[in-house]
Amino acid sequence: MAIDTNLCVGCSDCVVACQVENNVPVGYARDWVVEVVEGTYPNLAIELRSERCNHCDNSPCVRACPTGASHYAEGGIVLVTPDECIGCAACIESCPYDARFTHPDGYADKCTFCIHRVQNGQDPACVAVCPTTCMTFGDMDDPNSEISKIVRSRKSKVLAAEAGTGPNIYYLTK
Amino acid sequence: MKTRREFIKVSTIGAGGLAAAGGLLTALPIKDIFGQSETVENLKSNANKQLPTYCEICFWQCAAWVNTDEDGEIKSIIGNNDDPHCNGRLCPRGTAGVGMYKDEDRLKNPKLRTTVNGKQVFKDVSWDEAFDFIAEKMNKIKEEHGPECTALFTHGSGGKFLGHMLKAFGSSNIAAPSYAQCRGPREVGFIATYGAGIGSPEPTDIRDSRCLVLIGSHIGENMHNGQVQEMSDMIRNDATIITVDPRFSTAASKSKFWLPIKPATDLALLLAWIHEIIYNDYYDKAYIEKYAYGFEELKAHVKNFTPEWAYGITTIEPKVIRETAREMRNSAPSVIIHPGRHVTWYGDDTQRLRAVAILNALLGSWGRRGGFYNPEGLSLLKYPSPKYPKPKKDWRDAFPGKFKLADLALASGMCDASVPSLSRDCSIKAWIVNGTNLIETLPNQANTLKAIEALDLLVVIDTMPMEITGYADIILPECTYLERYDTVRTSAHRIPTLALRMPAHKPLYDSKPDWWIAKELGTRLGLEEYFGYENIEEMLDWQLKEVGSSLEEMQKIGVKKLDREYPDLYFLNGEDYEFNTNTGKIELYSTALEAEGFDPMPKYTAHPEPDPRFYRLNYGRAPMHTFSRTTNNPQLFDLMEENMVWVNPKVAKEWYLKNGQEVWLENQDGIVSDFSIKVRITERIRFDSVYMVHGFGHTRKQLSRAYGRGASDTQLITNVMLDPVMGGTGMRGNFVTFHTEEPERLNKNIKTDSTKVEGGKA
Ligand code: SF4
Repeated sequence: MAIDTNLCVGCSDCVVACQVENNVPVGYARDWVVEVVEGTYPNLAIELRSERCNHCDNSPCVRACPTGASHYAEGGIVLVTPDECIGCAACIESCPYDARFTHPDGYADKCTFCIHRVQNGQDPACVAVCPTTCMTFGDMDDPNSEISKIVRSRKSKVLAAEAGTGPNIYYLTK
Repeated sequence: MKTRREFIKVSTIGAGGLAAAGGLLTALPIKDIFGQSETVENLKSNANKQLPTYCEICFWQCAAWVNTDEDGEIKSIIGNNDDPHCNGRLCPRGTAGVGMYKDEDRLKNPKLRTTVNGKQVFKDVSWDEAFDFIAEKMNKIKEEHGPECTALFTHGSGGKFLGHMLKAFGSSNIAAPSYAQCRGPREVGFIATYGAGIGSPEPTDIRDSRCLVLIGSHIGENMHNGQVQEMSDMIRNDATIITVDPRFSTAASKSKFWLPIKPATDLALLLAWIHEIIYNDYYDKAYIEKYAYGFEELKAHVKNFTPEWAYGITTIEPKVIRETAREMRNSAPSVIIHPGRHVTWYGDDTQRLRAVAILNALLGSWGRRGGFYNPEGLSLLKYPSPKYPKPKKDWRDAFPGKFKLADLALASGMCDASVPSLSRDCSIKAWIVNGTNLIETLPNQANTLKAIEALDLLVVIDTMPMEITGYADIILPECTYLERYDTVRTSAHRIPTLALRMPAHKPLYDSKPDWWIAKELGTRLGLEEYFGYENIEEMLDWQLKEVGSSLEEMQKIGVKKLDREYPDLYFLNGEDYEFNTNTGKIELYSTALEAEGFDPMPKYTAHPEPDPRFYRLNYGRAPMHTFSRTTNNPQLFDLMEENMVWVNPKVAKEWYLKNGQEVWLENQDGIVSDFSIKVRITERIRFDSVYMVHGFGHTRKQLSRAYGRGASDTQLITNVMLDPVMGGTGMRGNFVTFHTEEPERLNKNIKTDSTKVEGGKA
């Protein structure tokens, strides 16, 4: 997934759309918006970022999971099987992005990239709703995909690169 | 002090609690809007459907699909791809529309103010009883003072039906606060210049623009959906955005130029830009020659308004003023000096918006691609009904000779006209208030309460127990937009469209749609001939068939796109054109303003400045809320529970304020905020101002989430700078200071309830 921080206005529509789509209980969220302000008045810059699970290639959460509930699904999407999760929270501790939380029903929960939609050929709910169209979802392994082209042509960064988890969300910057 | 109309905070007693009220709960036998009766089958038949609506969470009215689940329960709301207002993407508030429907704090049944053991409380009554009560009061007012002594304050789609009822009753006092408290000066300023107002949605061709100038307008924090989307297109196209704002707004952060102007000096900057554009020959000569009136007068008028002159006033450096003027010229005519929306700031707002209109004219952007396009809409025929009686008087009689250029009624004017006066034969005696929380929308709360205190009847029709309901004689629970039909949306855009709203669920509780309320109340008032239709489906189907569609078709498609009748989207590329002004031209020099005794060309006047240790109170929007309307919505509350007061770090240091610390705000008139508000220390605000998001600090406990969260800016807006041209209420001349401990209140406050809700989420 690529998210253009120049376009994002921080409206949090992605958060609501996800909550509605995935029945996330009120008070919890699988995605969230971060605002970083830099500089002093009047020389200022703001970066707005919609954040979520990075579906890392080398996921510490999958490694940390004692039961195999956390696993890689089709296309590298990192998922949790609620039935197999014992709620030990080791994965929550291990995630450098703080992307996981304990669902009130006791299992670890987080973004699924809306795999149920993606399998139907739809974009994840956050991508589909964004009024600024700042997000692009697709296959990074396919060099001709829209997202590969965007990431190639723009300056981008990943978060907490130093953690070496191989994150898959690219933040496009100026 | 006991007043006749006490603010009822909590007490509501059910009919069961009153021996005398037995049997009041029997509901009226009404036809279910789904069909003939309210059976389980009817509900099930709504399972797994996609039903069309248009959003009511703000005035942008995005068309959408409501999805229901296998039980016929509302699941989600998704934008309609065919709708130019939203292009298939709702904003966070629209996406969270389900929260408005599910909010358990909703008004559930009609309630009547009554006195029990010397204490005023609301008791539940039936719709029958409610209508009888209102009809009796209204008829009495009609008999004693004339039907003109009634008024409707409304915001939202359902108000059209209530307006129809009131006009049939004989009153033309119908206003929305979105005029005199918001966009009115913009309409008047543009009408004076182009003979045409801006309207809604704004016909700004942002998508194709090369340069967008925002003056205090914070697109992206106001989620006027289509504009946000088009601004995004501009950013993607690397077009120029110039933002003028004392606050580093989200839009400012996306801009090539941010002009951190000293508050209240925008008009000086605009005049300097006009000067630059004229004296450097940057203006569109052919366009001005063909279409404009008064250029030479304007040129002489702005002679001395140089960037150097403006620098001393605005703190914006001359080279920046010059550079931005050049930037506009380089993009012209594909440039928009955005007229904004909430523009009632300093009382000279019509003149400031005139300057905006003039600047656009000089750059030739009106009627040109990338500037302002010519919107086209379709108007539906009115369902046949008798002529309205002609009112013999209206709210304007309270202001002889004033505000003649106001093209719509003033909500604040109707409020003032309700305060009894010896010089008039009658004041307004009854208010019907629909979908607008007047306590939070009109400035100067003391004045609003004075007017309310004098009323014989206050009917409040709303979905939520807003502050205004606490003062009502009778409360009528309106169902949400997801549970009703409304008039077909016909707003003008690049192409005409029709959009249908139909119920996705039957109204919860004993709530009802406005069309039904208007028809039933109208019938009680003997106005049944004005409501010739059996139900709204019949009326809508008739209207739609008149334009070659039908209710059935619209139920399937939700939005119908039509072709333009006239190919004049951009209509000033040299074509002959007669403007609807006195001279038939774009009036750089306004003959209409001159005729009313106002400056024909805008002048800068200095506005009051804060005393030491006081800061100008600026207020605005957050993208997740539509003012007080959404603050209790469970999903949106979850995104933003309260507002904070933004303070520059230098100021925070001076006051020893910490991030997140609770403070009370006191304004220049000694009014202290009911509730404390958390401090947000941020470089994003100038040292001479503070900023807070409007719509918080609810005082009504029935709003179980929003009650006591954050503070209300409206409460602190007691100084109103009235626009002499059209009666707009300038609200940005208020200044606040901080209290780190809750201060003693010097009896100046209207309400004294300051119990803060403890706890809550971390
Ligand atoms: S902009 Fe948002 S709140 Fe307004 S009508 Fe559209 S979706 Fe609804």
